[in-house]
Amino acid sequence: MSRSLILGAFLSSLVLLAALVSFVWTPYDYAALNIPDKLQPPSAQHWFGTDHFGRDMFSMIMVGARTSIAVALVAVGIGMALGVPLGLAAAARKGSWLDELIMRGNDLVFAFPSLVIAILITAVLGAGAINAIIAIGIFNIPVFARITRGAALSLWESEFILAARVSGKGAARISAEHILPNVANLLIVQGTIQFSLGILAEAGLSYVGLGAQPPTPSWGRMLADAQTMFSFAPHLALIPGLAIIVTVLGLNLLGDGLRDWLDPRIRVARA
Amino acid sequence: MLRYALKRLISLVISLAVASVVIFAVIEVAPGDPASFMLGVNAQEDTLEALRAELGLDVSKVQRYFNWVSGMLVGDFGTSYTYRTPVSQMIADRLWVSLPLALYALALSTAIAFPVGIYAAARRGKPGDLTVMGATQLGIAVPNFWFAMMLVLIFAINLRWFNAGGFSGWDKGFWTGIHSLTLPAIALALPQAAILARVMRSSLLDILGEDFMRTARAKGLSRRQALWQHGVRNALIPVLTIIGLQFSFLLAGSIIIEQVFYLPGLGRLVFQAISARDLIVVESVVMLLVFAVITVNFLVDLAYAAVDPRLRSRT
Repeated sequence: MSRSLILGAFLSSLVLLAALVSFVWTPYDYAALNIPDKLQPPSAQHWFGTDHFGRDMFSMIMVGARTSIAVALVAVGIGMALGVPLGLAAAARKGSWLDELIMRGNDLVFAFPSLVIAILITAVLGAGAINAIIAIGIFNIPVFARITRGAALSLWESEFILAARVSGKGAARISAEHILPNVANLLIVQGTIQFSLGILAEAGLSYVGLGAQPPTPSWGRMLADAQTMFSFAPHLALIPGLAIIVTVLGLNLLGDGLRDWLDPRIRVARA
Repeated sequence: MLRYALKRLISLVISLAVASVVIFAVIEVAPGDPASFMLGVNAQEDTLEALRAELGLDVSKVQRYFNWVSGMLVGDFGTSYTYRTPVSQMIADRLWVSLPLALYALALSTAIAFPVGIYAAARRGKPGDLTVMGATQLGIAVPNFWFAMMLVLIFAINLRWFNAGGFSGWDKGFWTGIHSLTLPAIALALPQAAILARVMRSSLLDILGEDFMRTARAKGLSRRQALWQHGVRNALIPVLTIIGLQFSFLLAGSIIIEQVFYLPGLGRLVFQAISARDLIVVESVVMLLVFAVITVNFLVDLAYAAVDPRLRSRT
C-alpha cells in the first residue's frame, strides 16, 4: 500500500463522509438566512465563515458535496457502461463497418466540447442537475470507448491473444477474458480521472448557472456568488475552491494508488 | 499515406454533415418562436408573418436546413435575430479573442508539459520525479475558473500587474492584446499542462520498459541518446491524442474563463444568444466549434499516421 493510496482514500472518504453526514446533521441549517452575521471570516462559531446572506459555509459545503458526488458518479457510470463495450467491439472488429461506425460516432461526440453539449441540452431542456449528468455522461462515453479501443488494439497484436485465437476462442470471449482484464487498470485510472473531471465539470456548469438550481447548494454556484465579493471577502472563493481541490486530489491519489497496487508489473519493477 | 488521408477526409466530411443535422435538429426542438420572442406577446399576426419571412423562417424545415448549410459553405452564417447584423461578422469579431486565447493556452500547456514530463520520466522514483508528480496532482485538481479568480486576486487586485478583466483589442498593438490574455491563458493552461505532463511521463515510462529500448542501449547509445531518439518519439502517440483532445477542452474551457475575465469571446456570445433566444447565432457558433474540433481530430489522425507508419496500413 503506497502513501498516495492511503492519503487518497483518506481524503475521498472525508468528502464522502461529509456528504453522508449532511443527510442527518449539519452545524446549521444550510438554507437559513442570517443577514446580521453576513460575510464573517472563519471563526469558532462558523468554521468556514458565512456568505453574503449570513448562511453557514461549512453546512453549505457539506451539502454541496452531495451534489458533486452524485452528478460525477452517475456520469462516470454512464460513460463506462456504454463506452467500454463499444471500445472492445471496435477493437475486436478492427477496420470493419462496426469499428468505423463506433469511431466516427465517437468523433462526433468528441467534436462537441462537453460544455457545448451542456449548453445545447440546457437550451432545449432547461438547466438542472439531471441535465448536467446527461451532458457530462455523454462526453464520458467516447473517452472510455477510445481508451479501451486504443489499448485493446495493441493487445490484439500480442502473442497471447494469438494463442487464444488458435485455441478457438471467439472475439467476444477473447475480449471479455483476455482483453478486458488487461485494460482494467487503465480503466480504473481513467475512471478516477473522469470522476474528478466530472466533479470539475459539475462545478464549472454550476458556475455558469447550468448545473443544480437553487436552493440545492453546489460548490460551483458558491464560487459564482463569490465573484463580485471575493476581493473583500476572499474566504467566499477560497473555501468552495479548496473543497473541490481536496475532492479531486483525493480521487486522483486514490486512483493512482490503486493502479500501482493492482499492477503487478509495477510492483516488480519497484522491488 | 495518400490513400489513408483521402479515406479520413471522406469521413471528416460525413462527420461534419451528421454534426450539422444533429445541431439543427436539437435547435429545432428548442421551444419558442424567434419572431414572437422578438416582437413580444402582443404582436399582430401579419407583423409576425412579415418578420418570419424576413428571417427566412417561413419555408419548410428541410429548406431552412439547406439554406443554413449552403450559406455556411460560402461564409454566410445568416443574420442575427436580435442584432440584425451578419452572424459571420459577429463570429469573426469574437474569434479574434477566443482563438488566440485557446492557442496561447495550448502553447503554454505544451511548452510546460513536455520538458516536465520527460524530466520526470527520466528521473523516475527520484526526488525530482516525486516533486513533479505531486505538483501535477495538485494542478489537475484545481478548477481553472477558480484558479483564474485566484490569479485575479493576486496579480490584478493586489499586485496590479494585469487588469482584472476585459480585453484591450488587437488594434492597440500585439503585446497589449497578449498582455490582457495572459492571466486567462495561464488559468486555462496550467491544469491542462499538469494532465499533459503526466501523460507524457507515463507514456515515456511505458516505452522505456520496451525491449527495443534495451537494444538501443545495447548497441551503444547513451541513456540520453536512447531516451531522445527512441523513447520520446514513440511516446508521442498517446501525447498527440491528448493534445488533440485538449484543443476542444481549451475552446470549451475558454467559454467559462471568458465569464471570469469578462472577455468578449465566443463563449459570451453563446450565453448572450441563448438568453436572447438568438438561435441562428447559437447554431452557427456551435457548428463552428464542432468544425474546429473535427478538423483538429482529423489532423491528429494524420499526424498519427506520419509518426507511426503501422497505423496507415491497418486502417
